[in-house]
Amino acid sequence: MSKVLRIKKGANIKLVGGAEKILADVPMPSAVAVKPTDFEGTTPKLVVKVGDEVKAGSTLYYSKDNDQIKFTSPVSGEIAEVKRGAKRVIEEIVIVADKETKYEDFGASNPTSESREAIIEKLCKSGLWPFIKQRPYDVIAKPNDTPKAIFISAFDSAPLAPDNDYILHGKSATFQMGIDALAKLADVHLTVNNATKADEAFLQAKNVTLHYIEGPHPAGNVGVQIHHFSPISKGEVVWTIKPQDVLAIGKLFKTGRYDASRTVAVSGAQIKTSKYFRTIQGVSMKTLLEWNLNEGNNRIISGNVLTGEKVDLEGYLGFYDYQVTVIPEGGEAQMFGWITPNPDKFSISRALVSWLSPNKQYNLDANMNGEERPFVVTEEYDKVFPFDIYPVQLVKAIMVDDIELMENLGIYEVAPEDFALCETVCTSKIPTQTIVRDGLAMLREEMS
Amino acid sequence: MSNAIHKFLENTIKPNFDEGGKLVKYLPAYDALETFLFVPGHTTNGKGSHIRDGIDMKRTMIMVVLAMVPALLFGMWNTGYQHFLATGEAYTFMDAFFYGALKVLPLVVVSYGAGLGVEFVFAIINKHQVAEGFLVSGMLIPLCLPVEIPLWMVAAATIFAVIIGKEVFGGTGMNILNVALTARAFLFFAYPTWMSGDKVWIGGGMDETVAYADGSTGATILAQATEKSSGFVDAAGVAYGDSFMSAFLGFIPGSIGETSTLAIMIGAAILLITGIASWKIMFSGILGAYVMGLLFNLWGANPFMEVPAHMHLVIGGFAFGMVFMATDPVSAAQTATGKYIYGFLIGFLGIMIRVFNPAYPEGIMLAILFMNVMAPLIDHYVVEANIKRRQKRTMAIAA
Repeated sequence: MSKVLRIKKGANIKLVGGAEKILADVPMPSAVAVKPTDFEGTTPKLVVKVGDEVKAGSTLYYSKDNDQIKFTSPVSGEIAEVKRGAKRVIEEIVIVADKETKYEDFGASNPTSESREAIIEKLCKSGLWPFIKQRPYDVIAKPNDTPKAIFISAFDSAPLAPDNDYILHGKSATFQMGIDALAKLADVHLTVNNATKADEAFLQAKNVTLHYIEGPHPAGNVGVQIHHFSPISKGEVVWTIKPQDVLAIGKLFKTGRYDASRTVAVSGAQIKTSKYFRTIQGVSMKTLLEWNLNEGNNRIISGNVLTGEKVDLEGYLGFYDYQVTVIPEGGEAQMFGWITPNPDKFSISRALVSWLSPNKQYNLDANMNGEERPFVVTEEYDKVFPFDIYPVQLVKAIMVDDIELMENLGIYEVAPEDFALCETVCTSKIPTQTIVRDGLAMLREEMS
Repeated sequence: MSNAIHKFLENTIKPNFDEGGKLVKYLPAYDALETFLFVPGHTTNGKGSHIRDGIDMKRTMIMVVLAMVPALLFGMWNTGYQHFLATGEAYTFMDAFFYGALKVLPLVVVSYGAGLGVEFVFAIINKHQVAEGFLVSGMLIPLCLPVEIPLWMVAAATIFAVIIGKEVFGGTGMNILNVALTARAFLFFAYPTWMSGDKVWIGGGMDETVAYADGSTGATILAQATEKSSGFVDAAGVAYGDSFMSAFLGFIPGSIGETSTLAIMIGAAILLITGIASWKIMFSGILGAYVMGLLFNLWGANPFMEVPAHMHLVIGGFAFGMVFMATDPVSAAQTATGKYIYGFLIGFLGIMIRVFNPAYPEGIMLAILFMNVMAPLIDHYVVEANIKRRQKRTMAIAA
């Protein structure tokens, strides 16, 4: 067994309403959506219009910058609506799903006997390519790049995150097929959580370099793992992909179909029965949640509470999300809230009494708990940022648009999600993830 | 009850300050008062993290103010105690406390009044929110001054420090120098007769009508140390039984909040337990001062050099400056490594200035201000080392 990397910096925020390990089926939703806004840095070029019939795997649109990268329909059915937002940006492509899914056939094959080009071609055509993201910039990978490695984090350490060991159990063969396809593209590195026993789908995986990591969130973030096992320097590219997406690639090679089914953890304090659901990419929140919500003003999040996207009941599951979290919205002002002990609020500082009960499960709402201020407190981000990078200095470099300094301080190694805890614990309530996202976008613009 | 108040504010008072209201100009002032009463209920905007830590700037600053309360209360009592010691009058514990409270509270009120006044004016002019930084500075300023300082000087120094020390740089979080020390340094150089000598430290010392008893003196231990390294005397002119213990407990003349190392340590405990102040700065500062003290002991060229190293830690403003001022996160070094260097040099230089230059016995103030200026440089080199490491890695890959 290789060496275990133990990280100390970070924080596990324990929330009430974790998903029980029960798998339930959700009926095929009447509508699903593909949201071009899920894909940072791409401009969609539509190839379908309202009323068109599509199959699962039919191209809906491609990326204007790279027509190789296609975005396909997760279901078969009829294009019901192309919803546009401000400046006519396409926000949602809504598809009314058939009862029985019809699939485009991309041809079953064994990835080990396919060439690199053929595999890339197949992933692009089927619409699975966008699952592969790249560092730097945290955007969809470029098919003609040669990455130095592909990193997969076998576990998600975010609050209420789905348990991949549970989801992938018994699917070793399909998962391995996905790995085999990826291994043709670059060396595959798989990192498992050393604190729990990973499923054999991961531990028995062949064609991969296995790493072990242990520690609080963000230990499960692929960025942390890359930083410690194979850091990215300027000019290098590392690709990343999530385990369930590897499974989807496996299914593509096994069946020749784009099978968009996925297992989603539905959790949070405002969910009546938190458990796992077998459903489909882009499922409408109504189908997934309507019957399962507690009364009250709810914050529905596609993804986890740290990085997810706020959606409403009319919204849809994000492309990269395997989790839906529903928490109370909150929004009440608190009298003298800056001095009350507030045992029910989470804090990594000890200025609230909650540090006296480290194992407490919180029912947190979406309150800001204070107003935005300039940076004052120091070494706060460092406590939850397990990188050899100065986080505040990097954020400040982005704020003043100093590209050289950003590069020097290590912006190529990070993604907004790596700053999620920094943003959460920030005394000055600085929108750190947005700043890092903007910085990466600016850098990408400059470099292209 | 609190809901009703909040509704009343939102529906009846606030509209006057909103767009179109009569008092729209004064929105920042209203806002500061409302957010003081109520932490606003706004929620995360849906981009980025949805849940937030329960801490905010107000709580952080209030914790520091709370940490200063033991020093404040002791300072009040000690002001009275020193007064009665010098005059030789009979007194009770409460006499001393109330005498001191009447002397000290006006200083606190004037400091807050002047400083917050400037903050509100700048917030209204610049249309930004009133930041909480001055809550701490407003308490620090009176505590680091001699009790006899005239109120108008406190007001002038506070206004100077807030405008020149902070607002010109962009307000809270942007200043280079510690605001309270800027105020103190202003007074020290502008009105030296009110910032040093034998009378200013004793309640009533500058009042001609107050009669001192025979043999009494108001000289601080720092002042006495220029002539002798032991056998210090108190305000009545009587030698301390155990001058280290007297100084540690704080029964000595000095700036209002600085005398009792014990009271300051209670504050330090609050800051360290809550994690608000940096233990790295405090620890390395004490280490730096002790090392310098030991070096002087070895040298021993004059009485001040012979003052035992541990004595340096409990006299003058060392403990107060190290706990409450050197740890100011805005003006201190910001990197972990930088904090060790920054803290150590404050302690080291503070004792050096104290001993080498009898004209400036309060070396800690100058050492902190000097290191405030140097802190960005320290951080620069610490961060630069990190950058070099990253570049080396790139080079290794390229090779």
